[in-house]
Amino acid sequence: MSAPVETRWGRLANFWADFRQNPVAVAALIVIVAVVLMAIFAPLVAPQDPYNQKALDLFDARLPPGEVGSGGYVHWLGTDAAGRDLFSAILYGLRTSLIIGMMAGAFALVLGATVGLIAAYHGGRIEALIMRVIDLQLSLPAILLALVLVALLGQGLPQLVAALVAAQYAYFARTTHGAASAERRKDYIEAALSTPLPARKVLFRHLLPNALPPLIVVATVQVANSIALEATLSFLGLGLPLTQPSLGSLISNGFQFLLSGRYWISIYPGIALMLTVVAINLVGDQVRHVLNPRRSR
Amino acid sequence: MIGFLIQRVLQAVMVMIAMSVIVFLGVYAIGNPIDVMIDPASSQALREALIQRYGLDRSLIEQYFVFMNNMLHGDLGESFIYRLPVISLIWSRFPATLELALTAMMIATCLGIPLGLWAGYKPDSWSAKAIMAFSVLGFSVPTFWIGLLLIMTFAVELGWLPSGGRGPVSNILGLNLSIGSLEGWSYIILPAFNLALFKLGLLIRLTRAGTTEVMSSDYVRFARAQGLSEGKVVGLHVLKNISIPIVTVFGLELGSTLAFAVVTETVFNWPGMGKLIIDSITVLDRPVMVAYLILVVFLFVIINLVVDLVYGQLDPRIRVKAAS
Repeated sequence: MSAPVETRWGRLANFWADFRQNPVAVAALIVIVAVVLMAIFAPLVAPQDPYNQKALDLFDARLPPGEVGSGGYVHWLGTDAAGRDLFSAILYGLRTSLIIGMMAGAFALVLGATVGLIAAYHGGRIEALIMRVIDLQLSLPAILLALVLVALLGQGLPQLVAALVAAQYAYFARTTHGAASAERRKDYIEAALSTPLPARKVLFRHLLPNALPPLIVVATVQVANSIALEATLSFLGLGLPLTQPSLGSLISNGFQFLLSGRYWISIYPGIALMLTVVAINLVGDQVRHVLNPRRSR
Repeated sequence: MIGFLIQRVLQAVMVMIAMSVIVFLGVYAIGNPIDVMIDPASSQALREALIQRYGLDRSLIEQYFVFMNNMLHGDLGESFIYRLPVISLIWSRFPATLELALTAMMIATCLGIPLGLWAGYKPDSWSAKAIMAFSVLGFSVPTFWIGLLLIMTFAVELGWLPSGGRGPVSNILGLNLSIGSLEGWSYIILPAFNLALFKLGLLIRLTRAGTTEVMSSDYVRFARAQGLSEGKVVGLHVLKNISIPIVTVFGLELGSTLAFAVVTETVFNWPGMGKLIIDSITVLDRPVMVAYLILVVFLFVIINLVVDLVYGQLDPRIRVKAAS
């Protein structure tokens, strides 16, 4: 059993050697790792727990960056209208945004891949019907679908994730369908299907792994898209309440102070959002480049 | 061709019916509009009178058929908040969104095609790489955040342009538009540029991809061998050959520009349809939500239908495949 494990590691090493070629993508990867680590260890890194209303002091409200508040430490990024330390709020906001983005991405991947596989496996009328619905959904902008669903389902974390999944699973379905229907006609799948193995097993053990590379690329980009979409919904006032702020709600919260020159309340959370989203996209671009089978080596 | 036409039109009608059911059920499943409309302290009799007036005591199926029947007669109901027919409410906001979307498309075209041509013409140059990096930004950074940066830079710090609103409008061809006056332009330019960014990124990528493909083709080589100037080669042969796919994709994007206007209009406080739908979602103004959604779906179905039919006309293989 050791041989396939070794080749798997070997493939991973090859992948990394190719990935490393682009310094911008490596820098982006470092940014992502740093952002994820800061989000995970937010309670240790942040000087203040932004959810603890008792720790907030209104005397500290809207302090510009670099001032020392009543807590006795420097607010490097300033404070918001409730006296929250913005650096702490951004770390906790990153946490919320990343969790939502990854949850939505993962659920959309599972749902979309399943739908796409079913369509590719059955073919005929079922395939035509499923793909027609998927195409139709893709022709509607994701923001609109998410907006409608949040409006219908109401506010809250599960509703938000459900809306994001419903708005994005179609991308996974189309990608899986494309890759899987090409694999479906190959001999090894026909051979596996002619054995007494259940079709479900053939689909998930044989077909799916071979259709995986394009899915990985779509998954990276979709996590970034989920984060951006969630931020947009929160900005429009349809996301999470401010007691549990994501980056989008922090930006939205600071927007009203922007016009009076207190830029930091919305600009710093926005920079965090932009860094995260762009870094994920850059890594996704490089992964696409490396996994592209037509790439000349 | 007739069979193909009938098939596609039937499909579009079925999609519209399905969407109307989904929108109707979805919107009617949330909250009781009566609670929003009247004071909680008012009497039970008043409550029931209102429920009866809006037909909310009938069964869901009955309500749906009444709603469909009214809609086919051009009556989409009355807003709970504004007490105006929804159609005239949406229509009054329509010119603002339309001029915003068209200005954005114009900005995207005037900047995107030259930049994309250049990036495809000199793909290894420093400037081409900068253009492509810019297109990634336009693609991935959320629109609302760029809008905030624009406001901060041009309205708060530099003070050159107003931070939001629509400014004075003048009547052009029966529509109230801002683009008639210079002051109106100062209001529209920031939101339009903001809305254009996403399309700009898309258009740069499309044009570049087409240009790199065409540049290596035989007819470009022959045109050069003929001694034509580089300007003529690019302007005549390259531009013509990449224009068809660009025009198609861009036609499709008009619908999504109208939809994306939701975000830009909220950031810049632009009084268009998008602002209207966000406001009506927050106050649960159901008739406005339903009407807006159905109109948008209708718009998309029509655009897709037209594209399908035009493609079918241009490419007989699509017709044959669909008919079998």
